[in-house]
Amino acid sequence: MGTIKEIKFKMISPEMVQKLSVMEVTTSDVYDVDAYPIDGGVMDPRLGVIDPGMRCKTCGEKMGDCPGHFGHIELARPIVNILYLKEVKTILTYTCKCGALLATKEDVAKKELKISSLAPMKVCPECGEKYEKIKLEKPSTFYKGKKAMTSLEVREQFEKISDEDAKTLKIIGGRPEWMIVTLLLVPSVTTRPSITLENGDRSEDDLTHKLVDIIRINKRFADNLEIGAPDFIIEDLWELLQYHVSTYFNNEISSIPPARHRSGRALKTLSQRLKSKDGRFRHNLSGKRVNFSARTVVSPDPNISINEVGVPERIARELTIPVKVTKHNIKYLTEFVKNGSDKHPGANYVIMPEGIRKKILKDNKELILEEFKVGCILERHMIDGDIVLFNRQPSLHRMSVMAHKVKVMPHKTFRINLCVCKPYNADFDGDEMNLHFPQTAEARAEAEELMLVEQNIRSPRFGGPIIGCDQDYLSGSYLATKKDTIFTKKAVAQILASAGMFVELKKDTYTGRELYSFAIPKEITISYKSAVCKGDDETDDDFVVIKDGQIVQGAIDEKSIAPFKGKLLDAIDLECGHTEARIFLDRITRIISEVMARKGFTISIGDLDMPEFVDKEIQNLMDKRFAKVEELIDKYKKNKIVPSPGRTPEETVEDMIMFELNNITNDVQNIIKANAKESGATIMANTGARGSIQNLAYMSGMIGQEAIRGRRIFRGYKGRTLSQFKKDDLSPLSHGFVRESFKEGIGPIGFFFEAMKGREGIMDSSLKTRVSGYLQRRLVNALQDIVVNPQIRAVDGTDSIVQFTAGEDGIDPSKSDRGTIDRELNI
Amino acid sequence: MDEKLGLPKKFNDMKLSKEQKKHLEARFNRMIYAPGEAVGVVAAQSISEPATQTTLRAYHAEGRTQLVTTQGLPRLIELFDARKIPKTPTMTIYLDKGYNNKEGATKIAAKIKETKLIQIIDTDAIDLVNFRIEVNLDPKQSKLLEIDGESIAVLIKKSLKNINIEVSKDKLLIEPKKEEMTIKDLQSIRVKVRDKYIKGIKGISQVVVEKEGDDWVIKTLGSNLKKVLKLVELDRIRSFTNNIYEIRSVLGIEAARNAIVRETLTTMRAQGVDTDIRHVLLVADAMTSTGEIRAIGRYGVAGGKSSVLSRANFEETVKHLTNAAVKHELDPLKSVIENVILGNLAPVGTGTVKLKLKE
Repeated sequence: MGTIKEIKFKMISPEMVQKLSVMEVTTSDVYDVDAYPIDGGVMDPRLGVIDPGMRCKTCGEKMGDCPGHFGHIELARPIVNILYLKEVKTILTYTCKCGALLATKEDVAKKELKISSLAPMKVCPECGEKYEKIKLEKPSTFYKGKKAMTSLEVREQFEKISDEDAKTLKIIGGRPEWMIVTLLLVPSVTTRPSITLENGDRSEDDLTHKLVDIIRINKRFADNLEIGAPDFIIEDLWELLQYHVSTYFNNEISSIPPARHRSGRALKTLSQRLKSKDGRFRHNLSGKRVNFSARTVVSPDPNISINEVGVPERIARELTIPVKVTKHNIKYLTEFVKNGSDKHPGANYVIMPEGIRKKILKDNKELILEEFKVGCILERHMIDGDIVLFNRQPSLHRMSVMAHKVKVMPHKTFRINLCVCKPYNADFDGDEMNLHFPQTAEARAEAEELMLVEQNIRSPRFGGPIIGCDQDYLSGSYLATKKDTIFTKKAVAQILASAGMFVELKKDTYTGRELYSFAIPKEITISYKSAVCKGDDETDDDFVVIKDGQIVQGAIDEKSIAPFKGKLLDAIDLECGHTEARIFLDRITRIISEVMARKGFTISIGDLDMPEFVDKEIQNLMDKRFAKVEELIDKYKKNKIVPSPGRTPEETVEDMIMFELNNITNDVQNIIKANAKESGATIMANTGARGSIQNLAYMSGMIGQEAIRGRRIFRGYKGRTLSQFKKDDLSPLSHGFVRESFKEGIGPIGFFFEAMKGREGIMDSSLKTRVSGYLQRRLVNALQDIVVNPQIRAVDGTDSIVQFTAGEDGIDPSKSDRGTIDRELNI
Repeated sequence: MDEKLGLPKKFNDMKLSKEQKKHLEARFNRMIYAPGEAVGVVAAQSISEPATQTTLRAYHAEGRTQLVTTQGLPRLIELFDARKIPKTPTMTIYLDKGYNNKEGATKIAAKIKETKLIQIIDTDAIDLVNFRIEVNLDPKQSKLLEIDGESIAVLIKKSLKNINIEVSKDKLLIEPKKEEMTIKDLQSIRVKVRDKYIKGIKGISQVVVEKEGDDWVIKTLGSNLKKVLKLVELDRIRSFTNNIYEIRSVLGIEAARNAIVRETLTTMRAQGVDTDIRHVLLVADAMTSTGEIRAIGRYGVAGGKSSVLSRANFEETVKHLTNAAVKHELDPLKSVIENVILGNLAPVGTGTVKLKLKE
């Protein structure tokens, strides 16, 4: 099959219309009484077929094979093509009635893009006619001086322009007069198929409606011309025809009311078909619908590898892949045929060597089995180990599409490992994901080599892991590796076995750290500060020290195995490769699952209990700061505030109050941090599993200042937020400071302020997604054809160099160690 | 490869043992870009994905900074839009050794801040009886700024014609020369007089002195790089503005490119987003590779593409198609989206190479 090498864009000429057209459309009637298309109407069967079983009168093909054929309408008088309006005006301005150019070639060349700033010559150099200013009266009438020009006159003038002059005016894609339409091309019926409604009525396409309008007015216009109707009638009809043809091309011209459907909806004409998000370009050409894909809800499965995806059997039976039958695999494939299309590892179609495609059904299974031979192509079901692409929208980065290995499973949801939630940004509150089944050997190989989940552990954004353990895995990991966690030999054996590891155990008891070390490759020697570690050096027991794959000391938490932060994971991926990193993740997550199942983990309201003095301390703190704020307000009321440079006293005092109040939050957080006893909640916060000390402070300390748009709350009534406050009261409580904690419960006023802040957050994120979505579209569009060439230069689509060495040093961040070759050496 | 890509320069300057170097070189060769890698798309995604995902807030309440500058997503959009003037132009001025202390910084800050007459006026009034404007200066302020009535009068006379000014200590009497002045004209003169630029650098409306590490830094609202750079007291190398266009016109396109990189990175890092500098470098290079700053969008990089289909696909579909027809454009189908539209293999990644069977 040939490929398109390049595309040339030109204007269409009347001759071309004539050549393309198979018939002239002459009548505005569409169907006769028998609902049969009328010859010479817009639905003439010569223009193509849209009904099954009918044959095209031009090419004789059936529906689907006949591409449709163009027709044409002979317009009674020329009509300006509204799409070229700007060009028509330019040509009119710079040419004389006799067709001569009213500007020198040099002058035009000098102006390059802005021809409009050039003044045309006062007198025509050829015929000596005086130049009169050309004015465009919207929508499409031109005035020469004070006299209106008909499009016939315009066209006649354009015909006289020499090719060379046209070229000077940058009209290269055809003759100027082609911008004034005389023959209107009618698109085939396949372009504008009518649909039959349930009640048997036909509903025509918008374009058909518009064409009917054009033909009807054109006919009336022609008739009136023939009988020599008075000028004003001719003029009106001409204008009406111009309106219909204009809206046929574009129904969103600012100076023309859009043509409407009977229901009042604006018609979708040619321009609208192409334009914007739901237009041909973005909807159908850049984004295409595909076969061999599936979509369903995702749910978690901690027992499959991160490389795998659990596929419901029903989907596996539907999605197939063609396999060539050879003498090596015929025995194996025969089993698929035997299973048929209903039993899982089966097949749906067989393509015979002659090219005949046969569906495998219960009735013809035996027959097909007899014919099944080397040279056939079998479309077998998806089976375990097949490579598929998996995707979650919005696809914001390349890790939104990754290749997984299929694992066919019962039930109706896709199953994914929890570690790949992060790159997909998936959770299980009803998220659906898409699956695509690559069909060719090349596609499968590429997917496996470049897109497999393990190949994407390192994010190209910052050169660190984006796949890793999250939430319960982190708190569980800490429980397993914190000081003095002991496992019996039996437990260790069971835990390791569940992770698919069978090792000889020599000791009777193992610490959690020893248990973990079984999963860490020998090559790893690294030390770093863990998240739970309070000290700064190796003297702290939680400080991680790993030597030759053995955890000497340290608790494993988010700093080791979480996405973004996990240093251990990062090191394994870098030192031992992606596959080792994947194996490590698969093992460690299963170990943690087992440990968690044994140890149990929970949080409760009791985790929020603080020693009695804590509340007193917090209340005292607030009282003290409130007094300070009161002082400030007093000072302000007495005009004693010294404004900071460039600010008014009001702003200054507000800044100072904010500063005091925000400090309360920090101090309360510190009090809570110092006094909270170790509990599920603190473990979660400290290991990075979920939540933070700040959240804890909100729950058992106090909530503090609610800010909207970075300021205290000032919305509501004039001079006050709620009616129970005095006007111009600047006190903390009347502007969104909430003294209560979630645990003790917040009062109605605090609740109201809290709701305001919550609402702001929702507004913010919903407004932001739109803006940042568009930013992404622009960025991608601007940069999409910049690639690395064989010389490691960054070049754009025209091969011009953007960077002499891509990234200035040639290092691919997605292969790097956080953007450098070797982080340790740089320190 | 016409020249072999080597280790980044800084490693050559480091004194490394042979073994270390070998180890590094091996790593480097492993980390080099693969030809065909779609760096553009990756860069675009690396910047915009965190923009959508995390909360790039436009404001933060922390601290007591008096200068409120545009931050977060709005700032990023402003940068990529290549706006001529940012919403909040600001300069960060580092000082020369001799002035790198609190006193020096405060003094220079006062010197560069733009002062308008209104700021040193105590009272001003239109005297209808004598048909003149009476301006009383605030002696405290004028002393602070080291300026007196006489020199102010000279300044006013320079720009406002047809007036006489009488100066007596801290009082200015402004009288129109022409007789046929109406009260309205007098009013307009008063407005002009009030708005009269007196001192400092035009455009610098606010100054704040801050301590940054060991340095005393002046942060300003308003930017005027050309004038500020003429000051002798500042550290020209480190001082900067956030107005990219200003940098373009004063220091040239390379400086503008670096400014885009710095601004983008600081904006993203301030929000806690970790993005590799290479992605930002590529965006900045794409924006500036023609020698002019081009916006990321329909009037810039995306709109300047050679492919008709690519442009039509992005925005203003009909305009691009009709223009292409008039100009007889040719789409060479050399880059990505055109080939997607046509269903061809796009020339990126594995699509850049062809395989041939060995005979």
